[in-house]
Amino acid sequence: MEKDLGKIFSSFRGVRGELIPVLQRIQEKVGYLPEDAMLQVADFLNVPESTVFGVASFYAQFRFTPTGRNRISVCEGTACHVKGATDIIKEISRVKGVEAGETSDCMEYTLEGVACIGCCALAPCITVNDEVYGRLDKKSVHNVLKKI
Amino acid sequence: MEKNKKAERILVCCGTGCVSAGADKILEAFRKNISKTGAEIKSTGCHGFCQQGPLVIMEPEGVLYARVEEGDVPQIVTSHLENGKKVDRLLYTDPVTKKSIPNYCDIPFYKKQNRIILRNCGHIDPENIVEYEEAGGYRAIRKVLKEMEPGDVIDNIKKSSLRGLGGGGFPAGLKWEFCYEAEGDEKYIICNGDEGDPGSFQDRSVLEGDPHSLLEGMMIAGTSVGALKGYIYVRAEYPLAVKRLNIAVSQARKKGYLGRNIFDSRRDFDIEIFLGAGAFVCGEETALIRSIEGQRGTPRHRPPFPAKSGLWGKPTLINNVKTYASVPNIINNGVEWFRSMGTENSKGTAIFSLTGEVANCGLIEVPMGITLREIIFGIGGGTTGDSSFKAAQIGGPSGGCLPEDMLDMPIDFDSLKEAGAMMGSGGLVVMNENTCMVDIARYFIDFTQKESCGDCNPCRLGTRQMLDILNDIVEGRAKPEDIDLLAALAEGIKSASLCGLGQTAPNPVLTTLRYFRHEYEEHINEKLCRAKKCKALITYRIAMEKCTGCRLCFKNCPENAIEGEVKQPHVINQSICTRCGICIEKCPPKFDAIETYAGVDGGEIIA
Ligand SMILES: Cc1cc2nc3c(=O)[nH]c(=O)nc-3n(C[C@H](O)[C@H](O)[C@H](O)COP(=O)(O)O)c2cc1C
Ligand code: FES
Repeated sequence: MEKDLGKIFSSFRGVRGELIPVLQRIQEKVGYLPEDAMLQVADFLNVPESTVFGVASFYAQFRFTPTGRNRISVCEGTACHVKGATDIIKEISRVKGVEAGETSDCMEYTLEGVACIGCCALAPCITVNDEVYGRLDKKSVHNVLKKI
Repeated sequence: MEKNKKAERILVCCGTGCVSAGADKILEAFRKNISKTGAEIKSTGCHGFCQQGPLVIMEPEGVLYARVEEGDVPQIVTSHLENGKKVDRLLYTDPVTKKSIPNYCDIPFYKKQNRIILRNCGHIDPENIVEYEEAGGYRAIRKVLKEMEPGDVIDNIKKSSLRGLGGGGFPAGLKWEFCYEAEGDEKYIICNGDEGDPGSFQDRSVLEGDPHSLLEGMMIAGTSVGALKGYIYVRAEYPLAVKRLNIAVSQARKKGYLGRNIFDSRRDFDIEIFLGAGAFVCGEETALIRSIEGQRGTPRHRPPFPAKSGLWGKPTLINNVKTYASVPNIINNGVEWFRSMGTENSKGTAIFSLTGEVANCGLIEVPMGITLREIIFGIGGGTTGDSSFKAAQIGGPSGGCLPEDMLDMPIDFDSLKEAGAMMGSGGLVVMNENTCMVDIARYFIDFTQKESCGDCNPCRLGTRQMLDILNDIVEGRAKPEDIDLLAALAEGIKSASLCGLGQTAPNPVLTTLRYFRHEYEEHINEKLCRAKKCKALITYRIAMEKCTGCRLCFKNCPENAIEGEVKQPHVINQSICTRCGICIEKCPPKFDAIETYAGVDGGEIIA
């Protein structure tokens, strides 16, 4: 990770305003924000560690634990809610044995509810590793789950 | 069979909706298949009719093929391109007349729209600056730089009465003027592309489908108010929009349209893209600014407004994606043209994402002042299934639910506000009899409560209290006096919150209380959810005459709540049943023996 961080830092100037982009790049590379990385960010941008953690914990995008190999995100936006997203998330949770917002013990799946992913016309929809599947129901979601 | 002229161009919609339905495979298949036909193939941004995607449009005739699959491509190529015969089975069929409509302009969904901001979406390749220019792009900025003084431009925008399309509807020209007149040598402009409303995607579609129109609008705004730098704040959850914006910015830089001495005007202006990190409150302008500064995105008191003191304390103009994208049109076509559309106080067009229980979901642009009925039943083709219309939710978490008797109200910024809703971001979610209005109110309060930044007490604690009461109602624990308490809390939060999030958060509750109070009362007094959505207020019952005793429900019930002998009708023990719904799913469709009743005493309780 040291090498990754060094590489990331080298493309920034090291000013305070870069805090969020720096964190985003680290998460993109590592998958989450390890504590040690955040300490180094504080050093790099010359801000208190509490600031880095305060900012990181404010935004929903940032994660502090590694995710599973497959990330299943169920849209909980309005259009999807109206079309039955609650049932979809319960069904996935039941089939894969992982609660919403959690990662399965074997690190295979992370299941999360997310706000609108902008495919409302295909509601209800989910993304699996960033690929969108739409027009689902409690039955057809099984076909998607079979693929992973 | 009629003979078509050779289609010169094939447009494959590659908006997010169509891509997730397989558009990229279709594009690939066309690329492989068309080599000898000489036709040109193009991937475009969202064409709007997401419901029928993936869409393929054959130009110049404008024939629309709907729900195309990869395997249909060879037939389109041989039949349409080589033999001039339309592929009838892929044409859109009008659900009412059952006739197929070949040309997209004749489809009711498109016919009743007025696509101005979206004029290029679905028609040009958003990743190619040349196509934007061929469609008349970057003419307005040239005119502004060559022929107009900043004061003239701002005057034009003021006269056009363009209002901010990010929700608030503040007069854009006035805001530009404030920023222009603000003292300071360093100024910024920002485009708000945060689009946090869960259930809308219009900004996304503009960013994906016509990013250069936004850049051109920002160039005009920036050079007019005297800013050298613009930021586009876009959600990280919109990877395709981010990618296309990056392409657009680098193409514009290469052409000398961004950077130093743009269009050889001796003026400098550049744009940077900033990725939002997933916080609804960052759509609020002061929070957004803090977020760009690398802070927690908590809003601050206004005044001072950003036009006086914004990013890094400098005068900052902040507008929505659609507001900027409207500007080149106004410069090109003139103030009078723009003013000819809309109502007395809301000119121009509005973009809605039409979703929910409506036949034609998609992205639409309509003149201000159109009625909800025209949108939902004219363009949208009515509600889905056999369930009738109940409500339209406009404006997302800050908006409200409007009932059937408001369908004929002309909608604009002011009429919506009066009705207790809001234009908001332009999300329009149609709801039918299967939607529970209390559940919807609860859904939105749950959302705003989670998204509250926590800085002010009315919003942080108040929305939490409201959520607790709403949970009590949907779970059957509420008391009759809770309705008044809920309304009182709502009014308090509205007037005492620091920013727009808290000030508008109670709207979904207030509108449902205003128009659907009977549903709240039924939940509380009769323990009944007429939409059969609230699990605590429904009953499942096995229809004796339909049940064959196949035991599938018995075997699958996780609570062991089903009793009965093989080949004998089964019964659900209501005191154990959690209404998980697994039995309904397991019961074979040919029996369909499990029925849902509204209310808690719809079933027989076994002793
Ligand atoms: C909680 C909250 C969320 C908002 N979200 C957005 C948004 O997603 N997009 C947007 O353009 N404006 C949003 N706004 C409005 C902005 O504060 C601001 O008024 C707008 O960006 C100004 O642009 P306009 O005048 O072009 O509409 C939001 C406001 C509040 C209070
Ligand atoms: S509500 Fe689910 S994608 Fe928009």
